[in-house]
Amino acid sequence: MSSRTRYLIPLFVFLIMAGFLLKGLFMDPKFIPSVLIDKPAPEFDLPLLDKPDQTLAKADLKGKVWMLNVWASWCVACRAEHQVLNKLARMNVVDIYGLNYKDKRGDALNWLRNLGNPYVATIVDSSGRTGIDFGVYGVPESFIIDAEGVIRYKHTGPVNYEDIQAKILPVLNELKGATK
Amino acid sequence: MKILKTLVFLGMLLATGMAGATALSSYTFDSKEEEQAFRDFTAELRCLVCQNQSLAESDADLADDLRREVYTMWRQGRPQEEIIDFLVSRYGDFVLYDPPLKPSTYILWFGPFLLFVAGVVVLMRTLKRKNEDREVELTEEDKQRLSELLQDANENQDSKI
Repeated sequence: MSSRTRYLIPLFVFLIMAGFLLKGLFMDPKFIPSVLIDKPAPEFDLPLLDKPDQTLAKADLKGKVWMLNVWASWCVACRAEHQVLNKLARMNVVDIYGLNYKDKRGDALNWLRNLGNPYVATIVDSSGRTGIDFGVYGVPESFIIDAEGVIRYKHTGPVNYEDIQAKILPVLNELKGATK
Repeated sequence: MKILKTLVFLGMLLATGMAGATALSSYTFDSKEEEQAFRDFTAELRCLVCQNQSLAESDADLADDLRREVYTMWRQGRPQEEIIDFLVSRYGDFVLYDPPLKPSTYILWFGPFLLFVAGVVVLMRTLKRKNEDREVELTEEDKQRLSELLQDANENQDSKI
């Protein structure tokens, strides 16, 4: 190694570090890869929001691809996401089920009345225990669960139109292709 | 000024201590030792909401829920490994401040040692080169100049005294 190239080593080391640090600027520190992908969705049997005397269990949804959206009326980002979910529901590509997370029943019902209801049904997790089983750490979160009850996709944070096109629709298409 | 700084520091120290106390104060333990053991255990678990706080100290809603789960299992006498498995199976290794040794964490565990070894190699080479540099033969001309300079310096010192 000539002495001239030797002096370039620190420059290269710096450039490599700067490259990683630059990438770090555009990464979301709140994003934690889920360990639940390709694992069976946790069992649940929870009361419905509009009919508290009835419950919905994971077993009731076996055999179809469905989406679970964890939301709460106190969650600001959920408000932004809600219109996107309304649109997704109108596209008729997947049944969306709501998991009302640590919310007040009246507030949740008001929310759906005022902002529209994209959910086939909403189940109530007032203690947050089912949320823990799903590894929820910040609402809103969305899961796509296949016909076998296995989690195939998880989205942390509000879903936007781009996410639907780039992530959710491809996952759904893949799952539909698999069931045919 | 120094006293003021010390007071402010002590106040902050006291506040952090109280924050820790409030997070766990609603739980009852059989003994001080058990409470300390629980505190030590939850201090090794990371809160997912405020990521720089442990489960022992975080006031986040989720941390509160997870603390309750951990406390319930703890009081049932379940082994710590089982409680850790419970959290890791839901939230991943991210909840652990002490990450396990496996291929995806090799760089985390061994990276610092690699850097250390690289540093030692660079240091040894630099020192060796410095040593070699020192063994330079002086020419007659250099020696002449050196003795002149030394003499000058000595004379200067003498005149100062």
